[in-house]
Amino acid sequence: MARIAGIDLPKNKRGEIGLTYIFGIGKSTARYILDKAEISYDKKVNQWNDEEQGAIRNIITNEFKVEGQLRSEVQTSIKRLLDIACFRGLRHRKGLPVRGQRTRTNSRTRKGKRKTVAGKKKAPKK
Amino acid sequence: MGRSIKKGPYVDANLEEKVLSMNEGKSKRSVIKTWSRRSTITPDFVGHTFAVHNGNKFIPVYVTEFMVSHKLGEFAPTRNFKGHSGSKK
Repeated sequence: MARIAGIDLPKNKRGEIGLTYIFGIGKSTARYILDKAEISYDKKVNQWNDEEQGAIRNIITNEFKVEGQLRSEVQTSIKRLLDIACFRGLRHRKGLPVRGQRTRTNSRTRKGKRKTVAGKKKAPKK
Repeated sequence: MGRSIKKGPYVDANLEEKVLSMNEGKSKRSVIKTWSRRSTITPDFVGHTFAVHNGNKFIPVYVTEFMVSHKLGEFAPTRNFKGHSGSKK
């Protein structure tokens, strides 16, 4: 069983996909890593031998910021925006979309579940 | 899309002039009134206080080094939404 970057052990998946279970590694980074370690994308995670695992581990620790480290970096950059009270910081504070999307409709990911406003009239039927 | 690096950060010419002349005189105390929300904050601006126009009035903005590379307008919100009538909180 492969255990890379701390907590991750997806098996029975193709290496390319398995690596994306690590926070901070998407498909393109996964491919880059496998290319560099000279492992086929199609090789399943549980078929990697120790040598290959070591190579992957090396590449990740040397070149990428993943998991906790990356999460804390994201947190500190958001914190910075909050502290200087710029527009993006204010949007983070209010839990609204940060990059200028519309908020009249949609943006439910940021706003969370709909909060129905009492007493609001429904549109009359035609 | 970001601005081309070749051009460098955009700062209104007259505002930059004002800041630089104040830096020479070492008097950072007076507030610079400006409408130029579109100007990027450069390292020269640190320590100054700007009164940035938000379309209605001037919002005082004290520039710290973390604000460098943001624009002045980001610190003077143009909309002031206080919530709908009757809604709690």
